[in-house]
Amino acid sequence: MRYSIHVNGKEHRIEADPDMPLLWVLRDLLDLKGTKFGCGKSLCGACTVHLNGAPTRSCVTPISAVGAAAVTTIEGIASTQAGRAVQEAWLAVDVVQCGYCQAGQIMSASALLQSQPRPTDADIDRAMAGNICRCATYTRIRAAIKQAAGLPTADSRDKTP
Amino acid sequence: MSSRREFLRAGVTLGGGLLLEFSVGLAVPEASRAGPASAPAAAALNAFVRISSDGIVTIMSKNPEIGQGIKTMLPMLIAEELDVDWRDVRIEQAPCDAALYGRQFAGGSRATPLNWEPLRRVGAAGRQMLVGAAAQTWGVSPSECATNSGAVIHTPTRRSLSYGALAAKAAAQPAPDLNHVALKEPSDFKIIGKPHPGVDSPLVVTGKPLFGIDVSVPGMLYAVFVKCPVFGGTVTSANVQAIKSLPGIKDAFVVRGGRDFDGLTDGVAIVAASWWTANKARGKLEVVWDEGAAAGQSSEGFARRAIELSRQEPTLKLYSEGHVDQALAESAAVVEAAYSYPFIAHAPLEPQNCTAHFRNGKVEIWAPTQNPEPGRKIVAKTLDIADSDITIHMTRCGGGFGRRLMNDYMAEAAWISKQAGAPVKLLWTREDDIRHDFYRPAGFHFLKAGLAADGQVKAFRDHFVSFGEGDKFANSAAMTAEEFPSKFVPNLEFGASLMPLGAPTGPLRAPRSNALAFAFQSFIDEMAHAALKDPLQFRLDLLGVRRSFALARSAPGQDPVFDPGRMIDVLKSVRERSAWGRRELPKGTGQGVAFYFSHLGYFAEVVQATVAPGAQLTVDKVWVVGDVGSQIINPTGAENQVQGAALDGIGAALGQAITLKSGRVEQSNFDDFPLLRMPQAPPIDVHFLITDHPPTGMGEPALPPVVPALCNAIFAATGVRIRSLPVDAKLLSAAAAG
Repeated sequence: MRYSIHVNGKEHRIEADPDMPLLWVLRDLLDLKGTKFGCGKSLCGACTVHLNGAPTRSCVTPISAVGAAAVTTIEGIASTQAGRAVQEAWLAVDVVQCGYCQAGQIMSASALLQSQPRPTDADIDRAMAGNICRCATYTRIRAAIKQAAGLPTADSRDKTP
Repeated sequence: MSSRREFLRAGVTLGGGLLLEFSVGLAVPEASRAGPASAPAAAALNAFVRISSDGIVTIMSKNPEIGQGIKTMLPMLIAEELDVDWRDVRIEQAPCDAALYGRQFAGGSRATPLNWEPLRRVGAAGRQMLVGAAAQTWGVSPSECATNSGAVIHTPTRRSLSYGALAAKAAAQPAPDLNHVALKEPSDFKIIGKPHPGVDSPLVVTGKPLFGIDVSVPGMLYAVFVKCPVFGGTVTSANVQAIKSLPGIKDAFVVRGGRDFDGLTDGVAIVAASWWTANKARGKLEVVWDEGAAAGQSSEGFARRAIELSRQEPTLKLYSEGHVDQALAESAAVVEAAYSYPFIAHAPLEPQNCTAHFRNGKVEIWAPTQNPEPGRKIVAKTLDIADSDITIHMTRCGGGFGRRLMNDYMAEAAWISKQAGAPVKLLWTREDDIRHDFYRPAGFHFLKAGLAADGQVKAFRDHFVSFGEGDKFANSAAMTAEEFPSKFVPNLEFGASLMPLGAPTGPLRAPRSNALAFAFQSFIDEMAHAALKDPLQFRLDLLGVRRSFALARSAPGQDPVFDPGRMIDVLKSVRERSAWGRRELPKGTGQGVAFYFSHLGYFAEVVQATVAPGAQLTVDKVWVVGDVGSQIINPTGAENQVQGAALDGIGAALGQAITLKSGRVEQSNFDDFPLLRMPQAPPIDVHFLITDHPPTGMGEPALPPVVPALCNAIFAATGVRIRSLPVDAKLLSAAAAG
């Protein structure tokens, strides 16, 4: 089938099976390698992109379901204010270890800040629970999200002296 | 001829020994003599350093980057002694070339102990060549020259020349003897000890292709490789003709492999123009397997057999001191418990993959690997070609954790490329990864201890039931005679009995230690409670006084000793930082402590946990205190590693188990093999004690103690003793209900 999809503000014409997931269209047909494959079953969040601004797992989203939605990937997220703030905070806090999950983390965090510019720790837990970091950089991801939001980075869950 | 300085490639000696295996040299690779045509002319001072005429310093990072931060940390060592500003440094991944770079691997937390001094000497040698070039230019003695921020200064006349201006002349200087170059005093460090964010992080957060899975080669095809769900099973037949006729499929074939799991084993390859197409065709693949001898094995069977074996004498004597039976008979109290832990998978988030291009009898490989050289040997054997006909490019790895010390995917990709006659990117599914790992071995410990009336430990015995053949432990399934509290209890016996295992095992982050710490430090907690002592004080008493114990195994250049004094200090520090025993904790909340020595690092950790009604377990906080010697090289990276290691251990303890049934792994993806997630990750306080010992590695030693510290916290919170991993929520709900 022929499809026309809108990725990071550009239109792409591609030919793919209707059930080919958006993840593989992005990676192998459009050569946008930033979106990552981790599980193939919407369990790890490494493949997170935005469809019309909503965080979406591209590994289980068939190309036939994308339609005219605006797809934003890690390669294009800097064009949003929240996305750029999140990327900058990620560098300032030095979040990254292996880095493989971080595109997905950044996409989920950017979507969170777009809908909730001042997230609480509970908001962060909810919005980020679907994104696995095998290196477990969660402490710094939490701090970086708050930094991007201009909030104090202390962990409000910590009740110890 | 590879280099005019070949003859100078002497090993760096540390502690009097020549460390040839790990030596770094000053040879200059042919290719790096001249930089790219478009760049300013660059001169190579040695295989690690080249300087362009505009003063930009390019430093090669020799080891694979798996998330441990090595690509940032190792060049810091060179840049410090070269005396350049970090902002002028560019870092490149070194090619895989043992002749130029020595052993290139990521494992055992060894990069720091192995490179701390040698790579600083490489930097200092470069500095000496630049000073020599300046002195020659000015016609002065090098002893009148100093360096600062990428320039040589003639101190008496205050003349100055930039490294960029000197580079070409410096490259022609004789290479200094690495053993006799001058190193900075630590108090003069400008780069070492200051936080340096990951050098590739700007590329990571913008989604640039960095990982093995991102490699693209012109004309590349994609492959999946289907192996028998039972380890060691072979292909009897497969419907490869039917698969080949599917749309988009370029090839499908049966692969005949060998018996070595870290190599090519039997399977079916499907090759297509896109990975999605190849993987989709798996749904139509029908394979008749000969499942082989391992098909009868199960985790339940191993657990039953372990109990049977525990009632017999151990077949292996690992260590014996004093008279344990007699001491137990004379003890005022005897503590006895059985501990067990499951197989677990590594599950790095980037699934196993490798791109290979075989042509004209040679193969080029792009691999996310922690250990490329053994991969080269395996590929050479698999394809029956020479080592020199194999080029390996090390890509960034999306996690390692020990899984990528093995190179099975490399052999598979090379073979499939040869057979398909095209460059091929092999990519495993997550299910392939979970079901074809080299697992952290399960294990069973049958422990017994005798206490005197005053609480002193008089006797200790462990019958360890593990895996192996005859008297040979399976990979990473061993225990040594030196396991604590060996040498700290007057009457002590370690024995082992082994069960044959069909599944492959291998090192997982802090191998052996990640499991042994749980059994031993939890049981020591039981002993403390039986002795009616504070668990932290009990450990201090057991460690006793500052002294040295020679260790059979240690890394080159390191103190070959275990010093309980260093452990006592980290324990006391974590007692202070966690306010151990000084705070009133709410009902259902408790603190647990554990310590562990591994990879030359001394770590003590306190976990605070709460079990709420309904059995909801929350890890409230972790305090970590470590002693890894005199210098934290990159503080931001070090803290990140320690936090990650502690959370890694918590994740494993809370939910991870690989179970075997009919010889196959029952789990398949992150729904049944859960990794830690954001809401479960507690705040982690990290503190280092700086001591007068050579710096040691950071990737692993913070992991082992967190597991028993968590289980001991659960006991403090609920009275439930966790003797089997992962933590069983049913046990907690009984406690919460009671």
